[in-house]
Amino acid sequence: MNAPLHLWLIPLLPFAGFLVNGILGARLPKWLVTTVALLAPLGAFAVVLVRAAGFLGAAAAVAAPITETCPSAWISIGALHIDFSLVLDQLSLVMLLIITGVGLLIHIYSVGYMDDDPGYWRYFSYLNLFLFFMTTLVLAGNVLLLFVGWEGVGLASYLLIGFWYQKTSAADAGKKAFIANRIGDFGFLIGIFLLLANFGTLTFSEIAAKLASNPAWTGGILTATALCLLVGATGKSAQLPLYIWLPDAMEGPTPVSALIHAATMVTAGVYMIARTHFLFDRSPFALGVVAVVGAATALFAATMGLVQNDIKRVLAYSTISQLGYMFLGCGVAAYSAAVFHLMTHAFFKALLFLAAGSVIHAMGGEQDMRRMGGLRKKIPVTFWTMTAAVIAICGIWPFAGFFSKDAILYAAFVHGVSGEILWSVGFVTALLTALYMFRLWYMTFLGESRSPDVHPHESPWSMLGPLVVLALLSLGGGWIGIERFAEFLAPVTGHNAAVSSVPHLELWLSVLAVAVALEGWLIADKYYRRKPERPAALVAAMPGVYKLLVNKYYVDEIYNFVFVKPLLALSRWVLEGFIDWVVLGGLAWLLGGVATLAGAILQRWQSGNLRSYAAWLAAGAAAVLLFAVVPFLLSSHGIDLHWAGH
Amino acid sequence: MMQTIDPIILTLILLVPLAGAILVALAPDRGKLPNWIALLTTLCSFLLTLHLPAHFVSGASGFQFEVNRPWIESPAIFYHVGIDGLSLWFVVLVGLLAPVGVLASWNAIKERRKIFYALFLVQQTAMFGVFVSLDLMLYYGFWELSLVPMAILIAMYGRNDGPRAALKFFLFTFIPSAPLLVAILWLYARTGSFDYVHLQYALAHQAFPASALCWVAFAFLFAFAVKVPVFPLHGWLADTFSEAPVALAMVVAGKLGLYSMLRFHIGLFPAQARALASLLIALAVIGVLYGACLALVQRDFWRLMAFASVSHLSLIVLAIYGLTFTGWSGGVYQILSHGVVDGALFLLLGALEVRYVSTAIASYGGLAAKLPRAATYFVIASLTMIGLPLLSGFVGEFTILSTTFVDVNRGWAIAATIGVILGACYMLWLVQRLFYGPENSSIASHPAVDLHFGELAVLTPLVILMFVMGVMPSLWTNTIQTGVHPPQPARYIESAQAPLAVSASLPVEGQR
Repeated sequence: MNAPLHLWLIPLLPFAGFLVNGILGARLPKWLVTTVALLAPLGAFAVVLVRAAGFLGAAAAVAAPITETCPSAWISIGALHIDFSLVLDQLSLVMLLIITGVGLLIHIYSVGYMDDDPGYWRYFSYLNLFLFFMTTLVLAGNVLLLFVGWEGVGLASYLLIGFWYQKTSAADAGKKAFIANRIGDFGFLIGIFLLLANFGTLTFSEIAAKLASNPAWTGGILTATALCLLVGATGKSAQLPLYIWLPDAMEGPTPVSALIHAATMVTAGVYMIARTHFLFDRSPFALGVVAVVGAATALFAATMGLVQNDIKRVLAYSTISQLGYMFLGCGVAAYSAAVFHLMTHAFFKALLFLAAGSVIHAMGGEQDMRRMGGLRKKIPVTFWTMTAAVIAICGIWPFAGFFSKDAILYAAFVHGVSGEILWSVGFVTALLTALYMFRLWYMTFLGESRSPDVHPHESPWSMLGPLVVLALLSLGGGWIGIERFAEFLAPVTGHNAAVSSVPHLELWLSVLAVAVALEGWLIADKYYRRKPERPAALVAAMPGVYKLLVNKYYVDEIYNFVFVKPLLALSRWVLEGFIDWVVLGGLAWLLGGVATLAGAILQRWQSGNLRSYAAWLAAGAAAVLLFAVVPFLLSSHGIDLHWAGH
Repeated sequence: MMQTIDPIILTLILLVPLAGAILVALAPDRGKLPNWIALLTTLCSFLLTLHLPAHFVSGASGFQFEVNRPWIESPAIFYHVGIDGLSLWFVVLVGLLAPVGVLASWNAIKERRKIFYALFLVQQTAMFGVFVSLDLMLYYGFWELSLVPMAILIAMYGRNDGPRAALKFFLFTFIPSAPLLVAILWLYARTGSFDYVHLQYALAHQAFPASALCWVAFAFLFAFAVKVPVFPLHGWLADTFSEAPVALAMVVAGKLGLYSMLRFHIGLFPAQARALASLLIALAVIGVLYGACLALVQRDFWRLMAFASVSHLSLIVLAIYGLTFTGWSGGVYQILSHGVVDGALFLLLGALEVRYVSTAIASYGGLAAKLPRAATYFVIASLTMIGLPLLSGFVGEFTILSTTFVDVNRGWAIAATIGVILGACYMLWLVQRLFYGPENSSIASHPAVDLHFGELAVLTPLVILMFVMGVMPSLWTNTIQTGVHPPQPARYIESAQAPLAVSASLPVEGQR
């Protein structure tokens, strides 16, 4: 295959956009900033489409991965040799289509959303920087280059969460996100070291080949490696116990929440597990942990989503919960199902955030759902697109979420007894998902307006256009079906071996899942439309539970109390106060019986008299010579300086 | 044509700052004349140092640009200078940081400019001398000379209590120099030579009293460990950082001591160094964590930088006493990166201090709106410092940590990696407290002036350097690796040549 368009164009086009807008943006006219900012994802998307056409044109079974390696190595130190190598295969192609496609839509949307922000150019340069790192992440041919993208998207996330840096809460949230991710990266780094120690290479294909040539090698060090990588994944993908940064990340501009904190970056952990699945496949224990973390996070986050009143925070907990589904999929080795859900989720969750952004825009910056209501007529396009997304996330046929969530739940169900428990957790979560999503839907769009003095207006078409496209994708994005999707990914993730002996099991499970989603809708309908006084009554009936949920299980407080405070106290009182000042400082001044003497001499230096410095220098030099000459004279006369003891 | 200056290039590098110092001392103290003389001198010496990498022969072994002339007949002190892959980039780094230091002092030093710049230039000569000397007595002379201007300038220009900090600096650095001198003289008494190459050969092949040699090696190590500084000998650093002029604080820690460890401690006494390696590894890891924890709770940004330096320099000590080829190469690279990053951060913090006359972090806040350029450069430098990939800090950090994990000790490597988390905590918190949030009322009254041309002219190349060093480390590591000779070939180099043997043996290990 002749390669007319190089892979490296995909990351480097956004990087060029970042440089141009980042360095010159403040001085460029706005239309030029917009042009540069949009050309970057557009160009990357075009390259991806061309490569995708080449890929799909070839027979699916024979489409081999395409590798491009920079001729000069990145790090070549001693035994360490790391290349800049990009690999395009089915998995990275799917990811690239999502990243550049959804990324392009969100760039377009941002033109309208950020129109009157003074940091317009800065915003777009960060957004392009994000695309650079994210495409690097999915194209990386070795673990360390993946880590480059991994850290880089964290940086872009940090910059964009803290975009309105004058707000203390925004700056705090950015820092929190970076540090929580760093804790995950600590695990990731240890995982990389373990790979290096046991495989001597970080290239994915070589690791896979070495594992393939050692079919008996399971568990042990591989489990440790996989678990370390999982720690990294929980940080980036906001899973238990490191999910705490994602709700706060909603401080960033809403399109950022859509792109980074819903559709793409937070799915990097899922991508990483799918990419290194050959490792996880060798460790049933690690896979089990992935599944349990995923299922637990899905349920845990959904319960918190039930009581949030900030529209973006509901969506944030929903994202954590949906990412939990993807982890659950990975954990039962249904990687293609997890990636399938990753894709449909990118469509409907990006749409949910963008529509929420349109709502916030219409409400003049209001994010509290208690002050919304009755927006259906005022902003109809936003309403209808959001409705499509809500139905999709609840997994109601024939919307996209149905197909992907169903695939994961089915794969879990046929995964033995533990799988059935995991399935039931996913099943309950599906109920809660429908409940909190329709709660959001009712509170925002239906009923009467609760802020009569606000006059909502529909957003400009630069914002509505992406909504409509994403709504169509949320509707039809799943019709490709898990079978065809899994077959396409099979060269990378292996064949999905989930088969059941029970006839029509999959159909029955699907019907159940849809039924439970509809049940969730009915409950929401009852509580938030027909009997709006009921939620308050429920809260009054269970004040403890409500308080626990609304305070997010006090996890932030617990972390603060268990980790942050003790660390600062230890540093301040024990390390600095006691060891540094008392012990070491005391020792130093004990030794300074000499000090007072020298101090008296140093008094002269304070005088600022240059001649005395010169005298000191001369005296020092004389002393040196004296010390040097005497032993030499002694030794040249046969007298040796003997040292005591042997 | 250019080749003809090869034999005298190192001598020129040594003499130019000294000549500049004399010129500053003789010239009238009028306006900014001393500043300009110092700037031209340092630019000149920087250009001269660039001659070295340009004409360095990468494949050749031994020292290059070497000069070896008898200087003093008795005792036999030679003027022996030369560089190899190890010292090459240190010389360039000193050259690079010299004009940075002059510009950092440009507005900060308002009084007694003549003395300041004259001593500053003497200090440059001394630092060049340490890196190029191959005669131990010559080396010792430069080593001592590098301490003198520092102590004087701390005493003269201290912010609050200069003399006390100078005294502390004096005690911590001069006192260990005395045993170092005795040790050098003992070697001379035994071998009749101060020559590095000769001594290295003699120490490897001649019989010496073992316990005496231990003490000699320890005297070397002690002097260097204080200078780095290695935990628990860091007591002088925080006071020095918070009192010394920015231009000197920028260069006082790190590279002199670390280079000396590589060249003169392990280079001369490999067996003794190996015996103490595990102790130093432990101290290094403690230093990484201890420095980071203390950096978290500092209220003064110079003190924060001091403990951050303890943390980062300890990581390099870890690399050095891991005694692996990969670790040494990564460690040397990390010293270079650290020098560049510290230079940029010190310049920026110094610029803030000149504008707002405060070093207390709490008196800042919300500066990003007023000083967007300063904020941008500071964030980039901070990210480099915390090891963001594609910036220079990551390459060395990753190399050191990974090789420590693979070849030296997993537990210590994991502990040191925690420093990665803590590093992000204190640096990002510093960034936030200086630049983000609402504007602090205590600085709102000061006129806001963003970085001016001179500052940008220095910072921009430094930031570009951070990028280039992060993306193309081979430009430096290829030559570094020609000069790095850890005492024994590490296990990892052998295992890398036969990777299959390793992985084949591992399943067994895994099942155990």
